[in-house]
Amino acid sequence: MITAVFYALAAFTVVSAVAVVVTTNIVHSAMALMGALLGVAAVFVLLGADFVGIVQLLVYVGGILVLTLFAVMLTSRTDVQISNRGVGRLPAAVISVGLLAYLLWAGTRATWATQEVGPPVPSVAGIGNAFLTDYILPFEVASLVLLVTLIGAVVVSRKEVKG
Amino acid sequence: MGALTLNHFVVLSAILFVTGLFCVLTRRNAIGILMGIELILNSANVNYVAFARYGATPYDGQVFAIFVIMLAAAEAAVGLAIVLGIYQGFETIEVEATDRLRG
Repeated sequence: MITAVFYALAAFTVVSAVAVVVTTNIVHSAMALMGALLGVAAVFVLLGADFVGIVQLLVYVGGILVLTLFAVMLTSRTDVQISNRGVGRLPAAVISVGLLAYLLWAGTRATWATQEVGPPVPSVAGIGNAFLTDYILPFEVASLVLLVTLIGAVVVSRKEVKG
Repeated sequence: MGALTLNHFVVLSAILFVTGLFCVLTRRNAIGILMGIELILNSANVNYVAFARYGATPYDGQVFAIFVIMLAAAEAAVGLAIVLGIYQGFETIEVEATDRLRG
């Protein structure tokens, strides 16, 4: 049963991701990207990572995707249709398919040191403890990075005042 | 159909990664390239969470995935700001047309 759910989610995610790549209209690409991000969030929940799934929804679908759509609207000129046209598809396809074959070969051949998985448990308390004990320094650095990003984005994107 | 194993997620992650790589390699539009990068970061996150589920330590992988999501948000904000800056200078965001450092 859960395997069937996984296959359905994986098929949805992969089809959406391929649609991001092959559509020429970049607005359609952004919509397909939303499908892929939702599929990945559902895979997180399937893996028992409920908090990460919710964060994925809030930050990716609610934040990054909206930001991307704003950038598309602000930068697209009259002709959206060709704004996403690709170049050099053949060499890129050769590289991608070769790498995929290698990754599948290596990934299925390796023997991972896996544990027996129990039923999923709520993960919020465990993640919170991890953030405030083992990962306290990266956690604080992350807030600094976000502050720098905030200021940097404003400085980079503001209109230059010629004086 | 068999039980769900770690390999299922590794294969899904590999497919997502390659799709994102193909997107980065073929797009001329800078925003399209950023979308490919988002796909690549998501594939890494699938691996992190899957290994957290099937490995010995339950939360380390999830914490890393949250850090990756946070950095992806920062990267998207700065990246799209740069794209807007390029658009103001060049009137286009095709990466092949933006070949001057000095405006």
